[in-house]
Amino acid sequence: MTSPAGVVVVGGGQAGFSVVSTLRASGYDGPVTVFAAEPHLPYQRPPLSKKAHTEPDGLRVELVPESFYGERDIDLRLGDDVIALDTAARTVLTRAGTRLSYDHLVLATGADNRRLPSPGAELSGVHALRSLDDALTIGRALETARDVVVVGGGFIGLELSRVALARCARVTVVELADRLLSRAVSPELEPRLRERHERAGVRVLTGAAVQALEGAGRVERVVTSQGVLPADLVVYGIGAVPRDELAREAGLEVADGVVVDEQLRSVTDPRVSAVGDCARHPHPHTEGLVRLESVQNAIDQGALVGRRIAGSPAVYESLPWFWSDQGDVKLQIAGLRSPSDEVLLVTGESPERLAAYAFRADRLVAVETLNWPAEHLAARRLLEGKAPVSAADLAGTTLGALARARRTAEVRA
Amino acid sequence: MPTVIFRSPDGTERKVTAESGTVLMQAAVANGVEGIVAECGGNASCATCHVYVAEDRSELVGPPGDVEDEMLDFTAAERRPTSRLSCQIQLSDALDGLVVHVPEEQV
Repeated sequence: MTSPAGVVVVGGGQAGFSVVSTLRASGYDGPVTVFAAEPHLPYQRPPLSKKAHTEPDGLRVELVPESFYGERDIDLRLGDDVIALDTAARTVLTRAGTRLSYDHLVLATGADNRRLPSPGAELSGVHALRSLDDALTIGRALETARDVVVVGGGFIGLELSRVALARCARVTVVELADRLLSRAVSPELEPRLRERHERAGVRVLTGAAVQALEGAGRVERVVTSQGVLPADLVVYGIGAVPRDELAREAGLEVADGVVVDEQLRSVTDPRVSAVGDCARHPHPHTEGLVRLESVQNAIDQGALVGRRIAGSPAVYESLPWFWSDQGDVKLQIAGLRSPSDEVLLVTGESPERLAAYAFRADRLVAVETLNWPAEHLAARRLLEGKAPVSAADLAGTTLGALARARRTAEVRA
Repeated sequence: MPTVIFRSPDGTERKVTAESGTVLMQAAVANGVEGIVAECGGNASCATCHVYVAEDRSELVGPPGDVEDEMLDFTAAERRPTSRLSCQIQLSDALDGLVVHVPEEQV
């Protein structure tokens, strides 16, 4: 009997980590190798745009200490990346020249930032944020920046705008769409979110195109369709593209992400799985295939594949959820809203607390909350539960109250 | 440098040492304690670092804050009188020897 070649994971982010930690926790005892292109131990990304810049020890973001990997016999190869994949021979080739066989390969390659297409994007003082090193660079730039222009009014842009504002800079957010977070948040909630950022001191331009970045070597101003903004630091967050080129070059089906089935196996080769930001997958909460960029998705998909390889297969159906800390605004989303859903806005006991309930055919499908984490958690419990929630169920009450009532009823039953 | 003991549902114990002033969730994550997921990284956003504080120290650890209190109603595992989110428990030398129980599930 030949010894197993084991599991090779490409990518040392949250999803890749979730695969290998779950493999060992589930009793898998074959070889496990992780290729992490960055030189750092696998780390959390969410703090990089939210708070790392404001806290002296904020960059201690490792998921677990180095000893974790040794204790579990996980071969973690930092600073090396897989550059070629041969699915017929079931081998990978790395940048450092290692060729390794696998029984199962897991692509956890994540995503890259969409590049800013404007002229002048290569000037010094213009940054995107994805990695720990990016966060350190932006954090240093904020020590002296006076006029910060944030291009993109999505999660990263809004988080960074508040980080910058906390460091006494003048901050302008420039968003191409006619509202902030146009894909993530319902049109009903968005004005309330925008109002909070403006009240805090962030200048917000929507429907504004960035036409050029100008300066002598270093950025000095941003030319937009709504005027010229002085800038000594530009940070941009205008979306991400999945890192799926390794799969594409290996002949696996790729369509803005590695296309996988409901168990997250490549539809071309079941010995390859894809998890996290780089995977395009079916999901019971949406039609067609979806690609989700979130910590929850990375953790849950990694765990599902880890358990499957260890012998317990399952279908991916985790409730998607997202959160974003933007200064004093805590935005949380549970479920997947579609543009045609009906939205009901509800204010909590304090005016700071706001929820948007989205209904599809009178069934609650998604909930967005501002500064109301308990309502978010209640939404998750209810959306994960079997019993549907209708608009009538929520007449004059909150999800929190409804979830408590249902839980009490379950205990009595 | 307080020492804290995490007791798993299967009875196994994990003893970790942490610096005063850090939070209990960080001590768990930094030592790879299984069953403390901490998806949100300690921002009281996700309730996946839920623990049960041992009865004898519960008073010393103190009650949850208002937002934490509301969130504890919706943790994956049942809420008990000693439930806390470990990201909201600040460690001090007074808590040396603290025992916390890790619930069956977090998500």
